[in-house]
Amino acid sequence: MQKRIKIGILYSRTRIEEKWIFGALEKRGADYDRLDDRTIHFDLNNPVPWQQYDVIIERSIGYNSGLYALRLLNSFGVPTINSAEVAGICGDKLLTSATLARDGIPQPHNLSAFTPEAALEAIEIIGYPVVLKPIVGSWGRLLAKINDRDAAEAVLEHKGRLGSVQHSIFYIQEYIEKPGRDIRTIVIGDRVLTAMFRKSEHWITNTARGGKGELCPITPEIEELSLRAARSVGGGVLAIDLVEHPDQGLIVNEINHTMEFHTSQPLSGVNIADEIVEFALRNAKNKV
Amino acid sequence: MAKTNCPECAAEVIFEKDAQECEIIVCGDCGVDLEITSVEPTSVMLAPMEQEDWGE
Repeated sequence: MQKRIKIGILYSRTRIEEKWIFGALEKRGADYDRLDDRTIHFDLNNPVPWQQYDVIIERSIGYNSGLYALRLLNSFGVPTINSAEVAGICGDKLLTSATLARDGIPQPHNLSAFTPEAALEAIEIIGYPVVLKPIVGSWGRLLAKINDRDAAEAVLEHKGRLGSVQHSIFYIQEYIEKPGRDIRTIVIGDRVLTAMFRKSEHWITNTARGGKGELCPITPEIEELSLRAARSVGGGVLAIDLVEHPDQGLIVNEINHTMEFHTSQPLSGVNIADEIVEFALRNAKNKV
Repeated sequence: MAKTNCPECAAEVIFEKDAQECEIIVCGDCGVDLEITSVEPTSVMLAPMEQEDWGE
């Protein structure tokens, strides 16, 4: 008799996405456990309790706890969605940009420096306005559009002195005049499931900051670039943020590895949650 | 109808039919974010504050 696949869902809170994923698992009659990352622990001398899982889907809300969980699980031989390697790249904007640059994927002009003085020099290579982003961050948080040298000096000093050490890894990006929107695609494996415009009057178009979703046709260009970007970072269950650059055309802005899809799913009619479960089952240790 | 009281302002907080543990709901009176710690019996706690590395 074939062993039933045992699935773990590592999570921090039950958002609508987690409800949908739990629902998809229950509809399939899957054998799964909910693993609250605030209550679990890892005994490095005893990985056996974790090795009962044939696959774990990571839905942690915190990047660091999620990443370390993935690293430990993968070291125990437990397959995860996404892998620690993919999470490590996608959760760090600088690593993402470096990886995309390595593979020739079109993206904004990005620079990095480790002191406010060096960052100021780097900023003036691009010229104003310019965007500063934390290398780890999401939901449009702590983004700064810097319009002149005075602002640059102030923000760099504040980040250098008041932020954690991570804020002293300055990630500098050209400011792109977007056409009032960007594009979010959902890629699972080698398929682009949906694409959505995120429209906003503001230059920050995250739906967490008020951007409105509208269905976007999956053109061959959108599909090709999304799949190239996903492959570049290692593939899996990814949300790719694309921008229409006035000179370069379609480029990749960032890639999210623990994606939210509370707008994409109802907008597209695609059961993204079930697709995630299906992908996990196909990548589990003891596939039926 | 499952309900409890907001720990911040004591207002009645009603759970939706499909409420689950670890779900975030909002107190209709004071607007604070609450995390459901138990559906049966009903209980909530103040939701953890957003951390710098939270997100997708």
